[in-house]
Amino acid sequence: MNFDDTPQEAAFRATARKWVDANAPKELHAELSKSSLGRIKLANHDIVEVGKAWQKKKFEGNWACLHWPKEYGGRDATPIEKVIWQQEEGVYGKLTQPFQIGEGMCGPTVMAFGSEDAKRRYLPKLASGEEIWCQLFSEPSAGSDVAGLRTRAEKKGDNWVVNGQKIWTSGAHYSDYGLLIARTDPNVPKHKGLTMFFLDMKSPGVEVRPIRQANGMQEFNEVYFTDVVIPDSQRLGAVGEGWSVSLTTLMNERMSIGARLATGVPELFEFCSNLMLEDGLAIDDPAVRSKLASWAVKSSGLKYTSYRAISALSKGERPGPENSIGKLVSGMMLQDIATYAMDLQGAAGVLTGSDEETVQGQFQQMLLSSPSMRIAGGTDEILRNIIAERVLGLPGDIRVDKDVPYNKIPTKGR
Amino acid sequence: MNFDFSDDQKQLRDQARKFLAEKCSPKAVRVVLDGKAPYDKELWKGLAEMGFLGVAIPEEFGGAGAGHLELCVIAEEMGRANAPVPFSSTVYLAAEALLIAGSDAQKKKWLPAIASGEAIGTLALFEGKGNPAPKNVKLTAANGVLNGVKKPVADGAIADFAVVAARTGSSGRDGDISLFLVDFKAGGVEVKSLTNLDPTRGQAEITFKDAKAEPLGAAGEGWSILTQVLDRAAVLCAFEQVGGADRALEMGRDYALDRIAFGRQIGSFQAVKHMLADMYVSATLARSNSYYGAWALSTNAAELPEAAAAARISATQAFQHCAKNNIQVHGGMGFTWEFDCHMYYRRANAMALGLGSLSYWEDQLIDRMRKKNAA
Repeated sequence: MNFDDTPQEAAFRATARKWVDANAPKELHAELSKSSLGRIKLANHDIVEVGKAWQKKKFEGNWACLHWPKEYGGRDATPIEKVIWQQEEGVYGKLTQPFQIGEGMCGPTVMAFGSEDAKRRYLPKLASGEEIWCQLFSEPSAGSDVAGLRTRAEKKGDNWVVNGQKIWTSGAHYSDYGLLIARTDPNVPKHKGLTMFFLDMKSPGVEVRPIRQANGMQEFNEVYFTDVVIPDSQRLGAVGEGWSVSLTTLMNERMSIGARLATGVPELFEFCSNLMLEDGLAIDDPAVRSKLASWAVKSSGLKYTSYRAISALSKGERPGPENSIGKLVSGMMLQDIATYAMDLQGAAGVLTGSDEETVQGQFQQMLLSSPSMRIAGGTDEILRNIIAERVLGLPGDIRVDKDVPYNKIPTKGR
Repeated sequence: MNFDFSDDQKQLRDQARKFLAEKCSPKAVRVVLDGKAPYDKELWKGLAEMGFLGVAIPEEFGGAGAGHLELCVIAEEMGRANAPVPFSSTVYLAAEALLIAGSDAQKKKWLPAIASGEAIGTLALFEGKGNPAPKNVKLTAANGVLNGVKKPVADGAIADFAVVAARTGSSGRDGDISLFLVDFKAGGVEVKSLTNLDPTRGQAEITFKDAKAEPLGAAGEGWSILTQVLDRAAVLCAFEQVGGADRALEMGRDYALDRIAFGRQIGSFQAVKHMLADMYVSATLARSNSYYGAWALSTNAAELPEAAAAARISATQAFQHCAKNNIQVHGGMGFTWEFDCHMYYRRANAMALGLGSLSYWEDQLIDRMRKKNAA
């Protein structure tokens, strides 16, 4: 048992470190080092602009999408090399946020199901950051049950005509291409009538509208489709096979979102170390210490769980199922920690401005944003189902709509 | 990075699992549970023959000379099997105290006897309620004899010797405490069995009346040695707790697959599935924290105090959580004496207190994290 690199890993790390040191935008280091939840915001820069510049530099240095094959813009890196790269890229990895959906979900789907021409045309430009991709899966009435989606694609000659609405699309407003799943046959059970496409987001009939979220911010979009034409050559997988294609995409979603998990523990520890209560520092209070310790061991447990996965990768093995716990644990923790920190602030905890009592409202911001962490990329309940079914081998849920044609499934509860 | 046990260590774990499945069935555990024997003597002998009792004891003192990682994988299996033997008292506490602070003569006398299964040892620290703290040690040592009462002492009624924490000063500092080694055969020791939560591991009250004792380690160093012993034992117990948590989770999972209610497997209801998924989460966090503790223990790293506290807290919570919800998944049957669920429930809650309670270790963890942050 040790935490050391193998000689090959150490050599790879040294190369990566040297390159990052010589090429990273160091002027942004301090700002990027601050912890943040959700979208990254920079005071004087547009994240997409600086992100594109960093991605391009990485691509030229052969560090972009490095686990992809060389012919599609990668460097044929092994999974452990990708992990080492991420460790060395460090805070600058936050600049890649606009490209994560493309790299983690759309790219792998195109790689698995696209034609050779499509792969050569789209993947290198995705890797270089020149073209940004988004994912068009969720709908207002199809979230956890994404196979119940309503957006229709109808065949007209060599084209498909799409009508419908998608929601929770990160980056749709700056994306060049989108990965779209749509219903091509409503007369068969829901999983069987879906087909996967990709489309130019500037196609006529595509309209992107920002969503105002519950936390007051605007990070996601709704995307409306009105008679949008997609050539059949932009279909991924066979007609009616969209569900199995989407499983490739979603499998990658949980892996990539789990990569950098915020728990709120360092923030709470620092806050409690400085907060004066009536009887002294908060961190000297037994009740505070007990809470803090319980959260600290969850946070360290997640860290060492990921170390176990990295060790498996290092040995060329597949990581075990234990990594499925990451988002489930951290999402709930963020919400609980935010609530507790505000409880310690007492009446002043209600303030969300730049007040000294609340350390500029960082926990208030965490509180308002944290519900999304328990929903996006698989709700807590879907994740528990996944653990119960795939890890523990318990039966799948009974699905009453499994054999019912899609257009006969009820659409209203009451 | 290789944050995992080696193939040899995993093989040892499989070997221990197989051995315990054979020699330590729930039926065998019940002999002790029902009070028909104070501990499983046959199993104890078998563990000695397998070399498990002395796995971390150097060869020169009669052990196998492997190491603490090997002891961790065996500990996990002892917890999984709910073994009714004085393993933790003898191996994690008494043997580790001897390894840390014993003189050559003391090691030569006791360690081979531990490895061969001839001697059962324990740590006599607590004096009634309260957590480990120098101020709670009232038993006195003077002129080579001890006077005072220790309670509860794990496996005290079957022990041959004990490491005893005694007061040798009154300055109010840690240096007031010294450790002593007491051979129960030397006289002056009265032992009384106490009923306790987990009858598969006994607890006793021990009265020392002018009991002959020899110092273990330097005078005034007792608390510092004790802290090291407790840290090591915290990691080793964490592995027992992880093993117990895993077994409780497995029992719950198996029952959820077998039991039919409302015309379907109860494991097909989300209320049950999600309860089991949450148990898996706790058990996984505990296992990962314990691995880190194992690394720190086996390398004697500066991180050990923090790692031990984190492993202790995480594994205590996980075992309690899994044992409790295992009963819940079983419903009414889980509350019968006949089903094994309560054995793990008892063990989980007894182990949560043995080295100091959860709140004590939470306190320790925060102190140690602060120390690290300040450094």
